[in-house]
Amino acid sequence: MTDRSHSMQPDCLLLAAVLVLSAWFAAPSTAIADTHSPEEAGLQIALEARDRGTGFGDFTARQTMVLRNRHGQESRRDVRIKILEVDDDGDRSMFVFDQPRDVKGTAFLVHAHRTEPDDQWLYLPALKRVKRISSSNRSGSFMGSEFAYEDMTAQAVEKFTYKHLRDEPCGELTCSVTERIPVEKGSGYSRQVVWHDHDAFRIWKVEYYDRKDEHLKSLEISDYQQYLDQYWFAGTMTMMNHLTGKSTVLNWSDYEFQTGLDDGDFTQTSLRRAR
Amino acid sequence: MRSSLFLRGGALSAACVSVVLVSAEVRAETDFVYEEVSGRISLESREFPESAVFPGQASHSTGLVFHPKLYVEDADGRSVTVAPFFRYDSADPRRTHADLREAFALVFGEAGDSEWEIRVGIDQVFWGVAESRHLVDIVNQVDLVEHPNEETKLGQPMAHLTWSGEWGVLELFGLTYHRARTFPGPAGRMRGLFVIDDEHVSYESSAGEWNLDLAVRYTQSFGPVDIGLSAFDGTSREPSICPTPVPTAQLTQHYEQIRQFGIDSQITIDAWLLKLEAIRRTGFRNLFCQQEEDYSAFVVGGEYAFYSVWDSPADLSVLAEWNYDERGQNATNVFQNDLFLAVRYAFNDVQGTDITFGVFEDVDLESRVLSMEFNRRLTDYWTLNVEAIAFVKIGDKDFLQHGLENDSFVGLNLGYSF
Repeated sequence: MTDRSHSMQPDCLLLAAVLVLSAWFAAPSTAIADTHSPEEAGLQIALEARDRGTGFGDFTARQTMVLRNRHGQESRRDVRIKILEVDDDGDRSMFVFDQPRDVKGTAFLVHAHRTEPDDQWLYLPALKRVKRISSSNRSGSFMGSEFAYEDMTAQAVEKFTYKHLRDEPCGELTCSVTERIPVEKGSGYSRQVVWHDHDAFRIWKVEYYDRKDEHLKSLEISDYQQYLDQYWFAGTMTMMNHLTGKSTVLNWSDYEFQTGLDDGDFTQTSLRRAR
Repeated sequence: MRSSLFLRGGALSAACVSVVLVSAEVRAETDFVYEEVSGRISLESREFPESAVFPGQASHSTGLVFHPKLYVEDADGRSVTVAPFFRYDSADPRRTHADLREAFALVFGEAGDSEWEIRVGIDQVFWGVAESRHLVDIVNQVDLVEHPNEETKLGQPMAHLTWSGEWGVLELFGLTYHRARTFPGPAGRMRGLFVIDDEHVSYESSAGEWNLDLAVRYTQSFGPVDIGLSAFDGTSREPSICPTPVPTAQLTQHYEQIRQFGIDSQITIDAWLLKLEAIRRTGFRNLFCQQEEDYSAFVVGGEYAFYSVWDSPADLSVLAEWNYDERGQNATNVFQNDLFLAVRYAFNDVQGTDITFGVFEDVDLESRVLSMEFNRRLTDYWTLNVEAIAFVKIGDKDFLQHGLENDSFVGLNLGYSF
């Protein structure tokens, strides 16, 4: 009854897929900031980003995570991912684990929803058992990494309130810096600060503040590439925990778009087929 | 005996697989575009601190398990999976056994708005939601020599058709060959007062183990509610354990033709999982084969998780389930009126460490069994599992557990996954 994979319970690992999917609306944010209150400006950016970030249809990709503790010891996670957009609802996602080897073949299915809680199922290959699991664990660590489930989940616009703070240079680009406050009680954060560039509205950096408002973690995103002549997807995401000194580097590879996935690839039956 | 069963099952599955492969070949050259070998090797040890009840029973056993899995897939996603299983056990020759856990071909596709899937060969199927016992789960035979928790199963030859759509999932099973349950031998621990004969197995069906058993299952989700309905008609997976005509130290296994209807449901809300499994079984004999007694049984309970407890990254889950069987004292299993309570602490660390404490409390028969399980990943390839089961108290009238009083044990498993 204590299946190993349960302990890893990749709760909302609707992974960075969507977080990454920051093909933000290319509207000039300076105009937004000039003509709106800071709250309205923040919300406008998020809404436009959602509109611009959707429409890719489906994709498959591979993720490699390297978990590093403060002594430099490393552990590795390999995951294969399939994502399907759904009209007027959250995405469908399937994750299959290749590494560590003791959880190889373990698969995770998410039917995300915009306002209602997500539906999540876990497939345990040793027992050939499909288990419906709770999606309420938002703040827990994903697979022992520095990413929490909520960091990996679709960052639905409705799940935050916003405030545009300032514009500032970020590398060779100019970024809008926005504060967003989670609406859900289950979040482990009091607030997040997000950097979007004005060029394509990609996210380059996120700072996470815990419930005591301490600066807990920083996420840096890099190696963006454009796909389908439109969407910018990240190649590397580095999460640093400032309190523990641990870090997790998440590398994305093998992106393939519009592969012909449909609803039938995201059912409990197809979950059982995962390998 | 074990090996001959294995070979028979193996030959059958090989036949099944080749049929599917040949039919797949009809569509010209099916080149496999993906091949993979994975699996697990583990070294096990069990220590029984209390002296054995019967002469010849060991107080220590060492075991080696090899469980590889071969998977090949063609460009259309059609696949073949083969997963044999081998165990060597130093104490009980019956526990040294081999099995074909999986050897099946799989094809799937779409038809209009619905999807279909066909699996043919030896496979494993899991039904249900409960943790303390798998009541509705009936397709596969239990490989009981592996572990008394009945979680490990023998491969089952079958044709398995799945048809699914917005309206739910419908599955049909044709089960072509019956596998007899495995039991510990005279030298094994946790065998109880009587050894179960594993050579003279009898069947109610004139076709013996070749009776064609049928099963059907329908599942659907309504928001937070998952429901499964199932029916089974054929050879019971649970044996009737009968006395021999001439009394000996052995009991025999007899497999009856039964019909079983099952329902299982889980409601998932916030951190709650609420669970129910219930069956109605007809045509099965009650304890020690006295007579046929139709009955109902259920397990009801749930699980609640506290996340990030005590400001740590860890989760604490509390589980409670009530098992009930209306045959009471005539029940053929230990779950006639039993409470299961457990606490699981998951550290959510890099090593995926978790520890679970559980207790089975027999409300009527005053028996109590404690369990502990600890899991930890040592590296990205090695894992450690430690478990302990303690038969703290066995009631005078708990006949099914008599002889287990001294069989408490501590088990150690060091596994390498590849």
